[in-house]
Amino acid sequence: MSENGAGKQLSRLEYERKARRRSLIIAGLSTTAVVGALVVLVPLAPGWPAVKNSFFNWEIFVRTSPTLLRTFLLDVAIFAWCAPLIAIWALVIAVFRDTRSPALFPFRLFAIIYTDIFRGVPVILVVYLVGFGIPGLGLPRPWNSPYLWGSVALILTYAAYVAEIYRSGIESIHVSQRNAALSLGLSQSDVMRYVVLPQALRRVLPANMNMLIALQKDVALLSFIGPVEIFRQAGVFKSLLANFTPYVVAAVIFLAVTVPATRFADTLISRQNRRRS
Amino acid sequence: MLKSPLIAAAVALLMTVPLAAQAGPECAAGKTISPGKLTIATGNPAYFPWVIDDNPESGEGFEAAVAYATAEAMGFSADQVDWVRAGFDESIQPGAKNFDFNLQQFSITEDREKVVDFSLPYYSSAMAVLVQQPTADAGAVPTIDSLRTLKWGAAAATTAVPMIDVITGSSNSALLYNDGADVVEAMKANQIDAALFDLPTALYVAAVVLDDGVILGQFPADRTENPDNFGMLMQEGNPLKECVDQAIQEITANGVLAGIEAKWLSETTGVPVIQ
Repeated sequence: MSENGAGKQLSRLEYERKARRRSLIIAGLSTTAVVGALVVLVPLAPGWPAVKNSFFNWEIFVRTSPTLLRTFLLDVAIFAWCAPLIAIWALVIAVFRDTRSPALFPFRLFAIIYTDIFRGVPVILVVYLVGFGIPGLGLPRPWNSPYLWGSVALILTYAAYVAEIYRSGIESIHVSQRNAALSLGLSQSDVMRYVVLPQALRRVLPANMNMLIALQKDVALLSFIGPVEIFRQAGVFKSLLANFTPYVVAAVIFLAVTVPATRFADTLISRQNRRRS
Repeated sequence: MLKSPLIAAAVALLMTVPLAAQAGPECAAGKTISPGKLTIATGNPAYFPWVIDDNPESGEGFEAAVAYATAEAMGFSADQVDWVRAGFDESIQPGAKNFDFNLQQFSITEDREKVVDFSLPYYSSAMAVLVQQPTADAGAVPTIDSLRTLKWGAAAATTAVPMIDVITGSSNSALLYNDGADVVEAMKANQIDAALFDLPTALYVAAVVLDDGVILGQFPADRTENPDNFGMLMQEGNPLKECVDQAIQEITANGVLAGIEAKWLSETTGVPVIQ
């Protein structure tokens, strides 16, 4: 009986292994066919030499890469100082929005209006308005720096989105937990601090990873008000060389950062799903 | 009047020969994108003094006038000229273009020539340094040493960018913007001290856009480094190029071009030259 069961077990494993190998081979073949067709067919198009020269010009790729890589450091720096400030300011807005005491209603109102406005207005308008408008009021140097006010614009906009993500996390904590904590004698603020937020922030981590990836790309919007980061530098090269290859270089550099970040976010999400199920 | 068809034919031949030697309609026949029409592109919007009131159809403004003069020399009457709008990016993209030629202060450069064709130059532009009065009051003068201490800005898609690097002696020394309007905005916000424009644009900005704009000086058009010659941009290998070139040679030789320049860009003299 047991011997028979072990035999069955073995043949099932065998079968599964075969099936897996079979699907791997099919996937491999179909991918090769599609990629092969693209590689063979696209260059057959009549305009391919012109497109190749304009977008995938190796000589220009090599010539512009070092400068573009250097200007990418500015994107990284802007990202690095914006991200933590966004996280903090968004948390403030989210907590404002969750206030329940009638006396604190103005805070709540402010949070509602704030998120409505900054989620509804195009980022680029905020960048222009804050980046040119506020320094235009007559601030002396260095307080009129486009780096400073451009960053403020990004922080204001992104905080509105992230605050809403926080809020969804906060509201996902069941009200019975709050009531239980209150019945234990915790104050409203302690409930928020020790019961709600630790769970809520953990829950929205994957969603916030997506915001980080979006922010990495939107940092380039600061170039509209002066800073020469990778996107602007690519534009300068484009105009001087009359060739779009520098943008392809910029895209490759961006991908080198965003693809690992996206994979990391996916891992976080699936880990969280496993834990919940 | 004519006695016989033979003489008529001979007269017609005589009349067409000199025309064909110049840039007559024969040259352009069948080479334009829509038959019997010359399609010319300009920027969106097009700026003073190149095109007045963003209305090239009026023929008012330097480039609008040059376009009509060129068209005439090529054998197109004013109502055979169609205008379209096309930015720089649309003009350098691979593939068919929606214009025969595009003029909007495109500087002819060796690198650009690899991708598109340029006509002979129709204007050689000086580059001018624009500042605000307080900067000039603070002691900025048109010498390289003084200019080097300023905070620079320019429109990113222009040949002013490499020139600022030459002036300041370092790369990436300027803040760069999408267009001239944004450069002016940054200047108003006091984020930059000085901007580099082609001289006619700088004069316009100083006189009309800024309250206290001052042209500090100009780098003359015939400078040896980075001369800024404006050419009409055409698709690479466009057969129309020789006709356009002949037309520009013709309006240069007969003084029409100089007349247009005198009419629309006359203020450009009298600006101090930077050594």
